[in-house]
Amino acid sequence: MRYTAGIDIGSVHTKAAIIGPGGQVVGTGIQATGFRLEEAAQATFEQALDVAGLDPKQVAYLATTGFGRNLISFRDIQITDLTAQSWGARSLFPDTRTVLDVGGQTVKAMRLDERGRVRSFRLNDKCAAGTGAFLEKTAHYLGYGVEEIGALVDRSTQAVPISGVCAVFAESEVINHLTQGEAPADIMHGAMVSLIERSVRLMKRVQMEPEFTLVGGIMRFPTMVRVMRENLGEGVNVPPEEIVQFTAAIGGAILAGRRLEKLEAPRAATA
Amino acid sequence: MPYAAGVDVGSTQTKAIVVDDTSAIVGRSLIPTGANVVEAAENAFRAALDESGAAESDIGFVIGTGYGRYKVEFGDAQVTEIVCHARGATQMFPDTRTVLDMGGQDTKAIRVGSGGHVLDFCMNDKCAAGTGRFLQSAAAALSLDLSELGPTALRGQRPVTISTTCTVFAESEVLSWLARGKKIEDILLGVHQSIGNRSFGLLRRVGIEQQTTFSGGVTRNQAMVEVLNEMLGAKLNVSPESHFMGALGAAFLALERMNGAGQSVAASAEASIEEARE
Repeated sequence: MRYTAGIDIGSVHTKAAIIGPGGQVVGTGIQATGFRLEEAAQATFEQALDVAGLDPKQVAYLATTGFGRNLISFRDIQITDLTAQSWGARSLFPDTRTVLDVGGQTVKAMRLDERGRVRSFRLNDKCAAGTGAFLEKTAHYLGYGVEEIGALVDRSTQAVPISGVCAVFAESEVINHLTQGEAPADIMHGAMVSLIERSVRLMKRVQMEPEFTLVGGIMRFPTMVRVMRENLGEGVNVPPEEIVQFTAAIGGAILAGRRLEKLEAPRAATA
Repeated sequence: MPYAAGVDVGSTQTKAIVVDDTSAIVGRSLIPTGANVVEAAENAFRAALDESGAAESDIGFVIGTGYGRYKVEFGDAQVTEIVCHARGATQMFPDTRTVLDMGGQDTKAIRVGSGGHVLDFCMNDKCAAGTGRFLQSAAAALSLDLSELGPTALRGQRPVTISTTCTVFAESEVLSWLARGKKIEDILLGVHQSIGNRSFGLLRRVGIEQQTTFSGGVTRNQAMVEVLNEMLGAKLNVSPESHFMGALGAAFLALERMNGAGQSVAASAEASIEEARE
């Protein structure tokens, strides 16, 4: 029995996943990245080991990905975000041709060819509008925490238009709507719609085509997925809630396994 | 004795100025705008009136300006803050040819003619980067009061380079520099330089001609003034009234209208803005 691991050191959260010999996910771990990347990577790896009931020695190869991938000393290999994400998405949905990854401080759209190679991608990491930070800020202005966004927006009956140009200017917009008596749920809904419009624009710029696979923590919100489906039509895949944030880590673990096979192949041949 | 007033309803603060018929400032006030814009305008006006000792009936003309100028319900006219800042700046510093207005949520560069009329302007209104909000975020991240930022940054020797543009991300960048052991003063000097760079870009887009007058709330920040002086290679005009420049300009324009002279000046200024917009 042999296991491999992937750790995705993201701008906001660090995620670890361990996969077994058949490619099945046996353990995951997540925590805020903070400023000590090595500690965050170590802690999430240990969480994943605990869940899987494994000893570190049983993990034969470990890949890192995400913005902090080069800074983790115990990695065996580092893999770019795009490659890890495309492998993760295709392991779950083999016909994926477009991936949208909405992270805490970045949003990425990429188009893959039929063999999973990245053909085109667009990235926004310069502006918080269009990233998870936009929803987080909007929730904050409304007096809610991030973990309350899902339940809050489920109560909405109609989205209030939010311009979504700047996450900072959204504050005055939110306050104006509140003073005019709009419901917080409807304002939050409006923020989601505006974020989705920006995401779809990014996807159009990579010449999106189905199937679409949507990943990142905010895809846990049912309203988010419903509005995405309304915008994209048929062929929208969303990984199950418990792994929707872990697709890049899973992709990293898969690639770690492939690397290990390659490394061992000549030895096996000569043996 | 007749008086005139200007009320500048900004995104963050509302300022009011009362002037007498010799253009001398006799009353002023500054309050946070908050959620109720109509009330903020009313309260700021009352406070300035109280300080001036004038009765409401003595006020011959009131001009509202700023983003909430149409919420100045008692105003006799509304004029854009661009015209008002240009007017205020040239009244205070007659040789002004360029105005940099740095407010709570937007930054504007304005080029003015010798008569104080607006020739061109450009502004940062789509994004909070390079505005006072960037300083507020940095202050919040470091648990400092806004007034401590300038004096702290002035002690900086080796400024860090702030790489993020977005105000939201800057907060985490500030914390990450702190976690890497950088001194607060060096981080803050870097923050001021980052805002300075964006403002300098705006100024270059309208064309920099000396003298340059600095207006808006951030003028109270000495580090910002020094960073900009260095970038411009010249000394900005700054006065204790710079914070009130929009309201001052509005009050001066109100005085002109009251005397029947200003109508055409303000109207042509508005027209030149429309032109610049196109």
